[in-house]
Amino acid sequence: MALALDASISTFAAPAARATSESRLARGVAMGVTFLFLGVFLVLPLAVVFVEAFAKGVPAYFAALREPDTAAAIRLTLTVAAIAVPLNCVFGVAASWAIAKFEFKGKAFLITLIDLPFSVSPVISGLIYVLLFGAGSALGPFLERHGIQILFAVPGIVLATVFVTFPFVARELIPLMQDQGTTDEEAALSLGASGWQTFWHVTLPNIRWGLLYGVLLCNARAMGEFGAVSVVSGHIRGLTNTMPLQVEILYNQYDFAAAFAVASLLALLALVTLVLKTLLELSYSSEISATGRGH
Amino acid sequence: MEVRIDHVRKEFDRFPALHDVSLTIGSGELVALLGPSGSGKTTLLRLIAGLETPTEGKIFFGEEDASLKSVQERHIGFVFQHYALFRHMTVLENVAFGLKVRPRRDRPAWLEIRKRALELLDLVQLGGMEKRYPQQLSGGQRQRVALARAMAIEPTVLLLDEPFGALDAKVRKELRRWLREIHDRTGHTTVFVTHDQDEAMELADRVVVMSQGAIEQVGTPDEIYDRPNSPAVFGFVGESNALPVRIEKGEAWFADRPIGVEVDGEADGDAILYFRPHDVELRDGCGGCVAGPVVASRRVAGNRHVELEIGAERHRVEIAIPPGHLAAGLSRLAFRPTRWTLFRVAEARAA
Repeated sequence: MALALDASISTFAAPAARATSESRLARGVAMGVTFLFLGVFLVLPLAVVFVEAFAKGVPAYFAALREPDTAAAIRLTLTVAAIAVPLNCVFGVAASWAIAKFEFKGKAFLITLIDLPFSVSPVISGLIYVLLFGAGSALGPFLERHGIQILFAVPGIVLATVFVTFPFVARELIPLMQDQGTTDEEAALSLGASGWQTFWHVTLPNIRWGLLYGVLLCNARAMGEFGAVSVVSGHIRGLTNTMPLQVEILYNQYDFAAAFAVASLLALLALVTLVLKTLLELSYSSEISATGRGH
Repeated sequence: MEVRIDHVRKEFDRFPALHDVSLTIGSGELVALLGPSGSGKTTLLRLIAGLETPTEGKIFFGEEDASLKSVQERHIGFVFQHYALFRHMTVLENVAFGLKVRPRRDRPAWLEIRKRALELLDLVQLGGMEKRYPQQLSGGQRQRVALARAMAIEPTVLLLDEPFGALDAKVRKELRRWLREIHDRTGHTTVFVTHDQDEAMELADRVVVMSQGAIEQVGTPDEIYDRPNSPAVFGFVGESNALPVRIEKGEAWFADRPIGVEVDGEADGDAILYFRPHDVELRDGCGGCVAGPVVASRRVAGNRHVELEIGAERHRVEIAIPPGHLAAGLSRLAFRPTRWTLFRVAEARAA
């Protein structure tokens, strides 16, 4: 008995000891490389954005943001996000509810479909809408006859953004809801609650932090999307330019300070998102799915 | 309320979980569904609750056909193995939930709901805990909250799915006794699922033994234990030995000798003799007994259980002897079953 115990202790102890003795140098190198890499590729560019934005001074910075076309771009980005995020929020909750709580045929296919926007290049996502609603498409003449403008207008931008940001909420909630199972819902139903009451009083509170997390990521992407929106927008100044598109236009005009001023807003959005995300993860890690995806 | 299950069959994706089950549960009765995992006991409970719908057959609550009613319409109280308490609600809110979600015209005033919930918490001995959250309670306390929550809606039937399965042995025993008291006090028709035979025997008025999607036997704990009607029940309820024997002229033979078991009126042929470890008497010599070397010995509660290997095929049997008994030290023992049940080989195989 004593022998067996000793043996088990030594097998546990041996690799642990090796791991600590080897680690000092390895850890130093690994951390050095990581910080150097992060510094050069992430922190430095971020710093450059802010430095360039304020290169002509603080008054010039705010003047650039108040410039009518830029102000319109900011308003458009906020509008698009305000439509796309709630839509995807509703869709994401519905999809993950269906996938996690019910058994049906074609479930695997549905999950693959939800992932589609992640695997398709954003430019293609935009192109899909051009092909669908463009003048040369089957729908094109019909839309034109009825005076419905989708492409090169706000509806097209909203559609492209919805498409691209479509998986964020669902992807966050599906594993969480699968993990939680259906017993809480069954308990609520057995107590006489209706389907809606069960959803509102039981399911939603159980997923609230995961949902918030998904909404945060979805919003960051909705405001920052460039590729898909660029294809459908038509780049009409003051009308169909979102913030990322405005950055490109200003930059191409060699108006660097203004370009970086708008870029700094997007960078700020990213930083705020990151901080909120970290806070959420710290406080509610157990209630947010642990499947950390880097999108 | 009486619950009648009438020729119910249930399949999951063509996989049969229950074949043709019929059972009547009397009003106010406390019934245990006992069986190994996969025997269909939980499926049967969920069918009664309305959490599953039968593939065939009907379920009656009293005179009323409840088969097509939804869970909500059945007014059952369901207690889950892992409690399923709403974690973002306090204990009081959990217990009050069933009353709060009622449509306005049936819903009591909040003060009335609160009063009822607090009374129930007193009944389950959790008075003063109403402001806590489920995470702040022990497993036993959580399950009592779950029971109070189920009882708050004044259910027609109380259904419990392995209610004590996730608790440790001591708490389990306490809760068992306490559930019996609550049942006797409130008189709810109660059905609970368990794979723990002690739990079923100690708690239930009647035990329903299930195996492979069918009911094997229904009876009082005494009937089930003393007169099991199939090898499956004998094997599952209590400890048992199965000895292959041959019947010749009203006597049971093992290998080349009679074992001191007279079975008048049994036809000659092969059979299996079932007996319990403590239903034996030790013998000195061996004229009419089973004998063999002792291969293992262990202490089981108040007895010492000794395993013998008998016959050329080294068939193992286990017998119980008092721990201080002289025989406990012997390397070879002889005994004779004093109580037994005989199943013909065909029946035993079928099980």
